[in-house]
Amino acid sequence: MTTAAEAELVARLRAGDERAFEALVTRHQRTMLAVARTYVSSRAVAEEVVQEAWLGVLKGLDRFEGRSSLTTWILRIVANIARTRGVREARIVPHEPSVDPERFRGPGDPYSGHWWSAPSEWPEDVLAERETLAVVLAEIQRLPPAQRSVIAMRDIQGCSPDEVSAVLEISDGNQRVLLHRARSRVRAALERHLDEARNAVPAGET
Amino acid sequence: MSCQELVELVTDYLEGALSDEDRARFDEHLAECAGCRAYLAQIRGTLRAVRDTERLEQRPEVAGLMAAFRDFHRRQ
Repeated sequence: MTTAAEAELVARLRAGDERAFEALVTRHQRTMLAVARTYVSSRAVAEEVVQEAWLGVLKGLDRFEGRSSLTTWILRIVANIARTRGVREARIVPHEPSVDPERFRGPGDPYSGHWWSAPSEWPEDVLAERETLAVVLAEIQRLPPAQRSVIAMRDIQGCSPDEVSAVLEISDGNQRVLLHRARSRVRAALERHLDEARNAVPAGET
Repeated sequence: MSCQELVELVTDYLEGALSDEDRARFDEHLAECAGCRAYLAQIRGTLRAVRDTERLEQRPEVAGLMAAFRDFHRRQ
């Protein structure tokens, strides 16, 4: 149910009152982001959802009948968009941790979430070896197709994020999520390889 | 910010996509955590290695293409 104050606000919005709109945005933005985050994994995508929701609000304002409060109506728009996006995103980017959770201290530990087994520095020369690069190339080829496209365009071709988004017809946020997954997986593969190489050095030579 | 959170934000950090607030928290954490500094260095090393994989790639088979091109050109 809408209050009289809300009805007046809606009237001002319909009349194109910019300050009324600004106030509306200020009052709802944070909650809208939180709602969006329920369905999508990254803040960037959530921000895009909220942006899209505002456009939906503007488009729908004339049809708003006041059967629910304005806030509920707005948040429902956010949730609908985020749900759709979440499903789409889940299809392209299954959520997987960037680093094996076993590497971090568990809940209950006073340093929960901090490194249990911290990464080490990599020797620059080994990183440039053909054998190492072959491991990288093999891992890139094993990536899911969308991740492989993004890392190839960004990190091999040197394309801009905008170019990648345009070519693959994905949002900037999704582009970044895919890039993140791809880089994280290649890093993990490199780490496994470099650790093995290090352990293969006969005792006494390290 | 925990280390486990930081590793999920590394790309947003490198892409300049973090809010000022998150960026400050990220930098603060890095300043105090050798493990996360090593992790960020590994990610940067990964980017260089990915770029360098170009060196491994065979030259593409261009003979057929060149023939098609010449053929096309001759008919002009």
